[in-house]
Amino acid sequence: MATSTVWVAIFLFALVLLAFAPIMTWVERKQSALMQDRIGANRASILGFKALGLIHPLADVIKMITKEDTVPTGAHRLLHFASPFIAVVPAIISFAVIPYGGTYEMWGAHVSLCVADLDYGVLYVFAIGSIATYGSMLAGWAGNNNFGMLGSIRVSAQMISYEVALGITVVGLFMIFGTLKLTEMGVMQQETFRLFGFLEHLGFVAHGTGWIDWVTIPMWGIVLQPLPFFMFLTALMAENKRAPFDTPEGESEIVAGYFIEYSGMKFGLYMMGEWIEVVVISALLTAMFLGGWTIPWLPEGPMIAALTPVLGENMANLAAMVLAVHVFLIKVVILIWFQMLIRWSMPRFRYDQVMNLGWKILLPLSLANIVITALGILIVQEVTR
Amino acid sequence: MRTALFWIFSVMAVGSALGVVGSLRSPMNSALSLVVSMLALAGLYVLLEAQFVGLIQVMVYAGAIVVLFLFVIMLLNLRGSGAVGAESQPIMKAIGAIVAAGATFWLARTLASARAPWPDVDEGFGTTRAIGEALYTDYVLSVQVAGVLLLAGIVAAVVLAKKKID
Repeated sequence: MATSTVWVAIFLFALVLLAFAPIMTWVERKQSALMQDRIGANRASILGFKALGLIHPLADVIKMITKEDTVPTGAHRLLHFASPFIAVVPAIISFAVIPYGGTYEMWGAHVSLCVADLDYGVLYVFAIGSIATYGSMLAGWAGNNNFGMLGSIRVSAQMISYEVALGITVVGLFMIFGTLKLTEMGVMQQETFRLFGFLEHLGFVAHGTGWIDWVTIPMWGIVLQPLPFFMFLTALMAENKRAPFDTPEGESEIVAGYFIEYSGMKFGLYMMGEWIEVVVISALLTAMFLGGWTIPWLPEGPMIAALTPVLGENMANLAAMVLAVHVFLIKVVILIWFQMLIRWSMPRFRYDQVMNLGWKILLPLSLANIVITALGILIVQEVTR
Repeated sequence: MRTALFWIFSVMAVGSALGVVGSLRSPMNSALSLVVSMLALAGLYVLLEAQFVGLIQVMVYAGAIVVLFLFVIMLLNLRGSGAVGAESQPIMKAIGAIVAAGATFWLARTLASARAPWPDVDEGFGTTRAIGEALYTDYVLSVQVAGVLLLAGIVAAVVLAKKKID
């Protein structure tokens, strides 16, 4: 029973990792080209077959693996070797708590589309992410390079600053859902609330008035906590160190920043880590704010119940599962597109701007959000009682 | 399985703790040993069903506080300069060794007498919900006091930093 659960989830895990990271290099090039009025990657070809430049990821990998892997003189050899792995592994294992779908009963098996449904779900991602800081920090130091050192110092300052805001922005969401489990959040976001229900509770409209029940809104995180969605996205993007938050790399000032002394596939691992993290960010935001695997106004339980007479119980569950995974991935892809849109629209922030945004805007706003959310919850409890 | 994991984490924790004090020549190695020690401790917490404590250990200690240590080491650029200066003080070293040996002996004696099997806890022990309920019902005063203390610390830090800027 338990094994089938894990296998399905691990299959999706691998699919997302292996399929998304390479294709994203292509998507990123094409999207930046579109936005800058260029054609983009279209040179790599196998026997004249170019496939819209889709062969470029393959060419990249061959290039990176065959390049010389240099270790500078005076480098800390062990840390220089280990840093890329410390940077990329946390990004990969963050997927463990992401739910691609709910739980389904089919052919006597209980299938849950989440590898590890931990009690402290989201906190696990934060904890693992805080370990990833070492991968970037040690890279610049271990290479015995002054530009690398500057990059390291910037990385550590930036990541510590945004970790604070990162945790506090979503406390409001935890308060509303009353759980840290991403699977439970997904189930809760299937529910809807009546937009004008408060009129009935306050006594402006008689109980049981028809039109009030018609206008319903899904209880998505982004509906309940609109501002924290954007603050959380900002903090996550700053943690990921991509433009416009790429001061640690700052090509115009410190050449390549913390990974300046890396070549070949180790450099490739840093790039891969960044792209995987883009997917993690999208998946996390989807699960917490965009309803996860659910379709608005279409809860899974009734859907399976409606399909059962037509398809039979097993097939109905299977259909719901496949649909859930697709809905989840579509939302993830939209968020990836949105992140790339930001990356190619905004110039790099100055270093003090990055710090000010973290400490003087995101942190006070997220603290205020906690108080306001608490008040809101109290008022709703009072009114609906 | 559990016992095997316990030994792995224990050896890691003790070994890297020795590494913290042992690597006199490089403060960076000391700090990194500290990280490994803390991660191993987090593993031990999880084995003891205190998952939330283990997670916070990783997040706060390994992921934030030691990062600050490294940050300072990098800013001061302490690169194997032997800045610790412990080599030149044999008396201090001797006193430290004696105290440490004594403490270890007493600790080992106490722990050996209190040898217990793996804890047998009920469902829901160590979860976020259980810890939250305990903190906000039985220990609410302690939480408030800790909060006030931290607030005082933050205010003090701001005042001190502001004096320097002004």
